[in-house]
Amino acid sequence: MTRRDKWIPYGLVAPYILHFAVFVAFPVVFSVVLTFHSWNIISPMEFVGLANYTRLFKDRLFWQAIYNTLRFLIIHIPLQIVIALALAELLNRTIRGASFFRAAFFLPVIVSGVVVTILWQQLLGYNMGMLNRILTAISLPRVPWLDDPTVAMYSIAVMVTWKNVGLYVILFLVGLQTVPVQYYEAADLEGATSWQKFRFITLPMINPTIFTVVVLSTIGGFSLFIEPYIMTEGGPMNSTLSAVMYIYRQAFQYYHMGYSATLGFFFALLILFVVAIQKRYVEQEI
Amino acid sequence: MSRFLRYFLLLLAAASFIYPFIWMVSASLSSERGLSSLTVFPVEFTWSNYGSVFSKIPLGRAFLNSVLVAVVTTTLVLISGAMAGYALARLRFRGRDLIFYLIIFTMTLPFQITLIPNYITMVKLGWVDTYFALIVPFVLNSLSILLFRQAFTSMPQALIDAARLDGCGELRIIFQILFPNILPTVLTITILTFMGLWNEALWPLIVIRDEPTMTMPQLVTLFSVGGRAEGQLGVKIAAAVMLAVPIVILYLFFQRHFIRSMASSGLKD
Repeated sequence: MTRRDKWIPYGLVAPYILHFAVFVAFPVVFSVVLTFHSWNIISPMEFVGLANYTRLFKDRLFWQAIYNTLRFLIIHIPLQIVIALALAELLNRTIRGASFFRAAFFLPVIVSGVVVTILWQQLLGYNMGMLNRILTAISLPRVPWLDDPTVAMYSIAVMVTWKNVGLYVILFLVGLQTVPVQYYEAADLEGATSWQKFRFITLPMINPTIFTVVVLSTIGGFSLFIEPYIMTEGGPMNSTLSAVMYIYRQAFQYYHMGYSATLGFFFALLILFVVAIQKRYVEQEI
Repeated sequence: MSRFLRYFLLLLAAASFIYPFIWMVSASLSSERGLSSLTVFPVEFTWSNYGSVFSKIPLGRAFLNSVLVAVVTTTLVLISGAMAGYALARLRFRGRDLIFYLIIFTMTLPFQITLIPNYITMVKLGWVDTYFALIVPFVLNSLSILLFRQAFTSMPQALIDAARLDGCGELRIIFQILFPNILPTVLTITILTFMGLWNEALWPLIVIRDEPTMTMPQLVTLFSVGGRAEGQLGVKIAAAVMLAVPIVILYLFFQRHFIRSMASSGLKD
């Protein structure tokens, strides 16, 4: 190897290193610095010690955003798993038309959340929405899908499930196809019921996929932004204010860069913490 | 479960995913009356909703911006990702493992932590309201490096040795000799990157305030949230259709690849 050759690998990874330094390493360090400062970008940064942290723990909207995210996940995760698993089970035994069904389920996955949200606005509107018009037609009372603080976040959770579930159908299908047929044949010989086969063969075998779905949905919940932004702008009464939306609001409505960086820092820690717990728990369960 | 019931349930599910999009297209081509019916075909056919969108917001310009940003960024992701992936897969050098760990670290890092500092970087570089802000932060992508690394690892060493004997440099080996052999990986990365950029709304909302530089998802978002749609649902839906159509057309052509690519990115995490 000549002297020049020795530098070739470094030349090839140089763009990556530069990009990592500017868009990953620097922001992580700088975000910690920002948490100790008050700054509106224009005037000089002002050191405020732990003020951002004490403010955070007393900030009602910070806890509201976490509470909203939990309410989102409590509907979104189980719904996602049940529907995706059911559709994957149906597809797994279907040969004719399987690729058509997969493609259909996947359609909302590839379009922007912006499109899906505008579409669902027509569905969920109080006066003109499709759902309420159907309810009225069969003489049931209208539901304030987006106008009631207790209901709005659940409506958004159902919508996001509709958008993402196709991806998880595919992941479950891949998981289901790894289960050896011999297991089911052996269970048949023992006279196992379908439920027993599902509970004691299928479920343990696809546990890694369930873990993937739980983790991806959790990260998705904490990353929720464009859907509530378009649908409700965080309302009514901040009941759909998401974590990212609150970071966005503090940074670009109030120009509280130090405080919004503190929010971002805490939400990131929270995500890593929750995912670590899920990893321990879900992997041991079942 | 009987075969009939199984197909019935599957068809019901398929309809619930496809029908809303069909309704959206026909509603956008209907008069206001069409919006209040569960129609499959346009009611009182009219182009006026599309006419209104184009007269109210610069959607044509935004479309070109979106295409420019997605094409340039995807190209750069492929070039830089292949270079780094090749070095990690095929060359031995000090610090190689460290770089691998940095990539894994980047993938597990929640974006919430880097969002505000990255915005500040854009401000300090003077890139707010420029294409640089939409392109440069996305030109490297950890997943694409890992996918390239995986693909290059499975190439036979003989192919590379033969190319070296012929006097090929490393760049020619990557892009002329190896690239044609890993086209499925190239397609996967292209689809994931292009789709992600085409649909991204949060980052543009942060770094672009100037309408002529906006991409489609941002412009449609601001149009839907703000008052300019003036309660005309048809106009809003027409804007959403315009945003969806290009990616749906690509999906119709590359369906299997889309599904496989997304599934592989989901399983990586």
